[in-house]
Amino acid sequence: MSSSIPNESDPIISGKDVRVRYGEREILHGVTFDVRRMETIVILGGSGSGKSTLLRTLVGLERPSSGSLFVRGVNLATASASELDELRKKIGLAFQGGALIGSMTVGENVALPLREHTNLEASTIEVMVRIKLQQVGLARFQHFMPSQLSGGMKKRAALARATAMDPEILFFDEPSAGLDPITAAGIDNLILNLKSALAVTIVVVTHEMASAFLIADRVIVLDGGHIVGLGTIGELKSSSHPRIQQLLNREPDSDTDNADELQLFT
Amino acid sequence: MASLPDRIAAPFSAIGGATERGLAYLGGLTQLLCRALTLAFTSPLKRSLGFQRTCHQAMVIGVRAIPVISFITFFIGIIMALQSAYELKRFGALQLVAETVAISITRELGPLITAIVVIGRSGSAFAAEIGSMKVTEELDALETMALHPIGFLVTPKLLAMLVMMPCLTIWADLMGIFGGSVFGVIGADYSFATWFGATRDALFMRDIVTGLVKSIVFALVITGVGCQEGFSTGAGSEQVGRSTTSAVVTSIFLVVLVDLVFTAIFYVAGQA
Repeated sequence: MSSSIPNESDPIISGKDVRVRYGEREILHGVTFDVRRMETIVILGGSGSGKSTLLRTLVGLERPSSGSLFVRGVNLATASASELDELRKKIGLAFQGGALIGSMTVGENVALPLREHTNLEASTIEVMVRIKLQQVGLARFQHFMPSQLSGGMKKRAALARATAMDPEILFFDEPSAGLDPITAAGIDNLILNLKSALAVTIVVVTHEMASAFLIADRVIVLDGGHIVGLGTIGELKSSSHPRIQQLLNREPDSDTDNADELQLFT
Repeated sequence: MASLPDRIAAPFSAIGGATERGLAYLGGLTQLLCRALTLAFTSPLKRSLGFQRTCHQAMVIGVRAIPVISFITFFIGIIMALQSAYELKRFGALQLVAETVAISITRELGPLITAIVVIGRSGSAFAAEIGSMKVTEELDALETMALHPIGFLVTPKLLAMLVMMPCLTIWADLMGIFGGSVFGVIGADYSFATWFGATRDALFMRDIVTGLVKSIVFALVITGVGCQEGFSTGAGSEQVGRSTTSAVVTSIFLVVLVDLVFTAIFYVAGQA
């Protein structure tokens, strides 16, 4: 049996010894973690640490090659296509670049899941779209095409689309990557506001320490496909794990070729 | 240095490998088309939205292709008439030009030229659209919204193609015959009435049906290859260009191959 009715006190996401492979290459080497209901968890890690793979696995875009990963009681390792579809109606993912459908307006993008998965009247969907866009401060941009929006606006539109079905879990892929500090802070505030307004569980993948400090209840630190830290910001700060300290203090790898190359220019 | 048996085996191994890849490609194509057709009836995609997207595709694939197909088949009709007249004149059989043009256009050139124009306009656009969506994670976004990318993207294109290709082919036939008639009236002592009368007498229903059957198979090939190449686009925007080129080259190759097979089948059936 791949799914069971989750108990309210159970973690909403529960991974045990999750391994993910791309062909012969294993990216996640047996990660174990829980995410509680209504908490905001931030997955931190450097490039190539496996955080994007973990996110893709959490939303069912990749399958665990072994281990168990339960999201809302559905084991993603064994779930059928219809079970995955049902789960996906209860989760939302805001992609790094927005991933808005380029041939549709911002409003149509937000309306898409509502039109496909509900029997709501067109006029009701119209009102809901306006509310969702208002929540992210894009009420005036309903009829704009995605190509007419800035990077930050695309991320906010993607967030409006991700919340369209009132999901129980919201996933964010690098929400502040590529944004100026002011816009990035705006996105962080938006996440905090949505958390209190929608009472959802939030999972954020990022490498921005400032964002993590601001929004996280707990943090998972990934390195080389392993979890090297899991706890509150305070607990991580007191951790003696060298990789966590390196990440918190923004220290470069000591043995990289880059260091030598940089010296050539000094 | 490879041993002699290895050197002898190498060409056979290469042929075997290419055959295997070709069959795998055709298998993937068939799977994609079957999935798209199945989803046309079983997809959770709302009927209204599916119909709307299909109409939009029909407009893009069919209606907007009419001007270019009209011009090209009109010119092809004139060229066919000129080339036929050049040879038939030597045998004093100039009165057969209308028949020659009518049969070659309806059985062969109408569907083939239409297919090539549609490959250039729409087959390449399918690959570019789906390829770009893959690069920008829009396909992943559809999946995370519990929308099947094949049902959302391929099914409307396939349905539109299956309707519009035969329509465009009939239009191309008419324009080709009309082009031929212009030469007939100017250069071969026909009137429009005698040209179209000769065309009507020369054509049998099977000539038109032959072309229409081909056009439906071409529609399957063009949609399948265009979408397949889009879905197999690698990471990075330069891969979209590669997919688009590959879609055009593969589609033209397969359309000509399918044309050959069907022409041979119809020829054998006609002899029987």
